[in-house]
Amino acid sequence: MQYELQLNGKTHSVEAEPGTPLLWVIRDELKLTGTKFGCGVASCGSCTIHLDGEPVRSCQTFIEDVGGSEVTTIEGLESREAKAVQQAWVELDVVQCGYCQSGQVMSAVGLLKENPRPSAAEIDDYMWGNACRCATYQRIRAGIQRASEIMEA
Amino acid sequence: MTVHTSRRGFLKGAAAATAVLMVGVRPGGVLASATAESKMFNPFVKIGSDGTVTAIVKHFEKGQGPATGLPTLIAEELGLRMDQIDYEFAPSNPQHYANLLFGQFQGTGGSTAMANSFMQYRQAGAAAREMLISAAAGEWGVDVAELAIEEGMVVGAGKSAPIGEFVAAAAAMEPPAEPTLKHPAEFRLIGDPDVRRLDTAIKSNGTAKFAMDVHLPNQMVAVIKRPPRKDGLAVGMDDSGAREVKGFINAAILPNKAGVAVYAENTWAALQAREALQVEWDMSQAESRSSDEIKAEILAALDAEPEFNVLKNDHGPVQTALDGAAMVVEETFYFPLLAHAPMEPLNCTIEATADGGILLHDGCQFPTGPHMALAQIFQLPMEKIQINTMLAGGSFGRRATPDADYQVEAALAFVMTDRSRPVKLVWSREDDITGGRYRPAFGHKVRIGLDAGGNIVGWDHRIAGQSIMKGTPFEAFSVHDGVDHSSVEGVSDTPYRIPGQFVGLTDTQKATSLLWWRSVGHTHTAYVMEVMMDLAAKAAGRDPVAFRLAHLDGDKDQARMAGVLKLAAEKGNWGRPPEGRAQGVAVHKSFGSYVAEVVEISGNAEDGIRIEKVTCAVDCGIAVNPDIVKAQMEGGIGYGIGHVMRDQITLTGGEVDQFNFPDYEPLRISDIAAIDVHIVASQEMPTGVGEPGTPPAAPALANAIATASNDLRVSSLPMTENGVSFA
Ligand code: FES
Ligand code: FES
Repeated sequence: MQYELQLNGKTHSVEAEPGTPLLWVIRDELKLTGTKFGCGVASCGSCTIHLDGEPVRSCQTFIEDVGGSEVTTIEGLESREAKAVQQAWVELDVVQCGYCQSGQVMSAVGLLKENPRPSAAEIDDYMWGNACRCATYQRIRAGIQRASEIMEA
Repeated sequence: MTVHTSRRGFLKGAAAATAVLMVGVRPGGVLASATAESKMFNPFVKIGSDGTVTAIVKHFEKGQGPATGLPTLIAEELGLRMDQIDYEFAPSNPQHYANLLFGQFQGTGGSTAMANSFMQYRQAGAAAREMLISAAAGEWGVDVAELAIEEGMVVGAGKSAPIGEFVAAAAAMEPPAEPTLKHPAEFRLIGDPDVRRLDTAIKSNGTAKFAMDVHLPNQMVAVIKRPPRKDGLAVGMDDSGAREVKGFINAAILPNKAGVAVYAENTWAALQAREALQVEWDMSQAESRSSDEIKAEILAALDAEPEFNVLKNDHGPVQTALDGAAMVVEETFYFPLLAHAPMEPLNCTIEATADGGILLHDGCQFPTGPHMALAQIFQLPMEKIQINTMLAGGSFGRRATPDADYQVEAALAFVMTDRSRPVKLVWSREDDITGGRYRPAFGHKVRIGLDAGGNIVGWDHRIAGQSIMKGTPFEAFSVHDGVDHSSVEGVSDTPYRIPGQFVGLTDTQKATSLLWWRSVGHTHTAYVMEVMMDLAAKAAGRDPVAFRLAHLDGDKDQARMAGVLKLAAEKGNWGRPPEGRAQGVAVHKSFGSYVAEVVEISGNAEDGIRIEKVTCAVDCGIAVNPDIVKAQMEGGIGYGIGHVMRDQITLTGGEVDQFNFPDYEPLRISDIAAIDVHIVASQEMPTGVGEPGTPPAAPALANAIATASNDLRVSSLPMTENGVSFA
């Protein structure tokens, strides 16, 4: 099947079977590899993208359900929140292996859009589904709080 | 631990590599622009005539920091700022890039990356510095003593010029025999807490390339259908269902019958086709035991005569001491199988090169292993096999297998093709959890005798479990007189002053596939030692910190262990928890480093526990990158605590019961509210940091739980299966 995908501000025509997770269209067809495969069952958050600005798990979002929604991957992030998050991540050296971090950044941006000054408890609540096997959680929490400060400055 | 860097070997390598152009794939995946002016000064330093310095990093980067740490050593000696140095991963070449603690073997593990590189990479940087200065002195007609390199400029004698101007002349010189290293008092970068990782930006914007991100022109994706139980053999298959899947290419039984390779145009098609494939298995040799049987065997072994007397001492006096003790504390422990579950599922890509060789793209932890295995499978000389080491999305030990398991799988999948298309082997998370290599199950039974004054007078310690090292090429390293040191490390070599210690070990029979797991034997030995120390302290009516310190009052080893314990106690407000909270402490030495942790919790085992704070103190010798040391402690604590809370791998009739993260639940952000790490200032040589944060975390938590919950003993793991709930 042919699908028209609105992704990172451009229209892409992709060939995929119905039932194909958007994750694999993004990674294998469009070769945008910033979005990661971690579990395939919506339980780690590595594959997080934005669908019309909302973080979703691309491993459980199927190509036929995307329709005209705007897809944003880590490569297409440009918002004020995104810049603040990425700056904070560098300032605090949040990453270790880094494999989960595209997903962490996508979720953190989603959180700050909804709630520009989240408390530690709100961060824990929102970020719960983004697993980090390296356990960089302290710095993710601090990074989001730092991003929030950067946005206010 | 002593590291010998062979200067001669270093210089020989340097001479051979001088003026050789280096073409390599950079971590970003872009082919490095090997300009004609780029020169290798030695195997570890490449400098371009534009002044760009590249550190050739011999250790793979799985998050633990060598891609920053090793460049820091070169930048320090070469007089650079951190933004003036870049890195590339070394090719597979044990002559140049062996781990100096592993013999002629290139690899990362045992928390040795910094310990074995500290002198070698400094020497490399210092040698390049002296060569550049000689070249500048010659050109300017001044004495070398007048010149120095500062922030990438040769300066002195009233002159100043960028190092790039001297690269061509310097690279043609003989490397110095004994480059002079900086005095530690002159360090500007080593020990600077503000040095940042070199790989954070690319890992925060999606441009970092992991092996999973390899897309070679015309590549196929292969997934393996593995037997439902370990050691089953594929004897037949029907791929008619798979042929219905768009993108399916082919399926073939692996030459060793360990599974069926399913080839497809892309990952999703490969996974779908695998679902649809029917395989006939010969299960006659397959694993058939349940974890309950494994546990029963281990517990029975603890009560039988031990197979090995680890300390080779007489048990009689220990028994006499216990018989005459004023008090005896006793406990039996059980530790289940655990999976590593690195975030990036295992994968690698193999392609044929134009010159008839083979190129492996891999987040490669042990290059020498797969290098040799691939040479054998493809019947090629070693020099025809190349390994492109890429960023690895975690490992925790999993990417380092003695038999190069997944690289061999990929090679077998590739060798069955006509080799015209690269093959990318991908494991799913289910493959990882169900078909993994596991931290072996272990049991301990300990009896401690105390005199009336509350001092330890006897310690009888029995351990049973499966040896990790026996039957692997690492046996010679770890096994002596039948005792696999990795089964008893942390007990038989504890720094505590323990009079009358007996250690018995029994190897239990082979059960499923095993592998070292972050901190190896210390994963269970530290738990037992530190929970027992608390039980003994409480029986003696003494404060757990004071009790430990009383058994750490001797040599330098004990002084360093006492040092971290005191620091963690002070910073963690030991003995003065806020209202409604309880504390637990543990201290342990592993991989040459000393780590103490104070865990503070609220709640109790019945109503639910919340981990409010972990305070950590570490003595790892010179902390090259203090912020990375802190990050490794934070990560090590999370890894240790995450698994003991609720994770285990169980088997039913040989089949793994867990399948993915929903039932092998990772630590989540809400599980630990805060971690605070302190580093002991030290002039000792650097020791490990990747693993030592893990061992004390779980026992410190167990000790806090006991304090909060009427002395509840959590002696069987995971905690959630043994009477502990978490909020
Ligand atoms: S890969 Fe989608 S949530 Fe794990
Ligand atoms: S940084 Fe490694 S999994 Fe998060």
